[in-house]
Amino acid sequence: MLEFFRQPWSWYVAGAIIGLIVPALLILGNKHFGISANLRHACAACFPSNIPFFKYDWKKEAWNLFFVAGILVGGFIAAQYFSNPNQIQVNPALVTELKDYGINDYSSFLPAEIFSWEGLLTLRGFILLVGGGFLVGFGARYAGGCTSGHAIMGLSDLQVPSLIATISFMVGGFIMANLILPFILRL
Amino acid sequence: MATIKDLQFREPPSITNKKDAAITDFEVRSLNTTSVNDTVLRHPWWYNLKYLAVGLVFGVVFVKAEVISWFRIQEMFRLQSFHMYGVIGTAVVTGMISVWLIKKFNVKTIHGQPIQFQPKKFNKGQIFGGITFGLGWAMTGACPGPLFAQIGTGVLVIGVVLLSAIAGTWVYGYFKERLPH
Repeated sequence: MLEFFRQPWSWYVAGAIIGLIVPALLILGNKHFGISANLRHACAACFPSNIPFFKYDWKKEAWNLFFVAGILVGGFIAAQYFSNPNQIQVNPALVTELKDYGINDYSSFLPAEIFSWEGLLTLRGFILLVGGGFLVGFGARYAGGCTSGHAIMGLSDLQVPSLIATISFMVGGFIMANLILPFILRL
Repeated sequence: MATIKDLQFREPPSITNKKDAAITDFEVRSLNTTSVNDTVLRHPWWYNLKYLAVGLVFGVVFVKAEVISWFRIQEMFRLQSFHMYGVIGTAVVTGMISVWLIKKFNVKTIHGQPIQFQPKKFNKGQIFGGITFGLGWAMTGACPGPLFAQIGTGVLVIGVVLLSAIAGTWVYGYFKERLPH
């Protein structure tokens, strides 16, 4: 049993559990799966600044803040008690590519050369963390949802706008990873 | 403490404006994807702990299936691994079957409320915003959910990414009316 918890889980186990979040939230309280809405609630709670978009009763959406708090605690528990002792297995082609940019650390889920306090102070680290985060927040709200709200909840409900959004997410990701990221990582 | 009064259905604000109000409210809310379903039942705050429990399971899965890994996201956008496509694909199929079953058997919530779905409306933001989001996703290697799990695993610098994402959301709210939708 503990062995199962320590190994990386296969895609079908993870996918099935993530998919079951959709009916779980619906049945527990008629809630629609959508994580990026929390970023909006954070704005509404902390800096509404008289912007109509942030003037609503965010406390009514408090369930979602509990939900993301749970994700954070879940991440802590998994890393603390069921962490995989081995290095992450990455496609050799990617390893070769990343080597060119001086990224060789596979001891964690994120390359420590970029995703660390030292990394944040490098030009490429700053662009990826601060710039990337900004685009994620701005884009998710502009699109009306993120991977959870559109790709999983929206597609589960057969919503065409969510399919369009999901395709757009992938287009943006392919452009960044293949055409722009190589330049940023060389900085 | 929930009193009996708390658990009763709320009165609509006024009968004459009800339809109007519902439409405006729905338009605004669905466009912005705050939860479109108003809770008609009022519960004490600790009822929300059930959502914390669901989130906890989600966080564990994120870590155990390496969904929170920057490397997995890079592989996905370079077509170097099937893993993420498998995860998202299985999640969508499971979600679709679940939603279909809920609709077919008219499943109610544990509190006996009907489960509602609201159609989303197309607007150009789904394309422009979607591409913007995708660009950011490939940079941070995380969409909003995994950000929280990454912080949980102890990579506290991701808090900077999260704050920046909140700033991005705020800037969107500020310029919303001037952006093409």
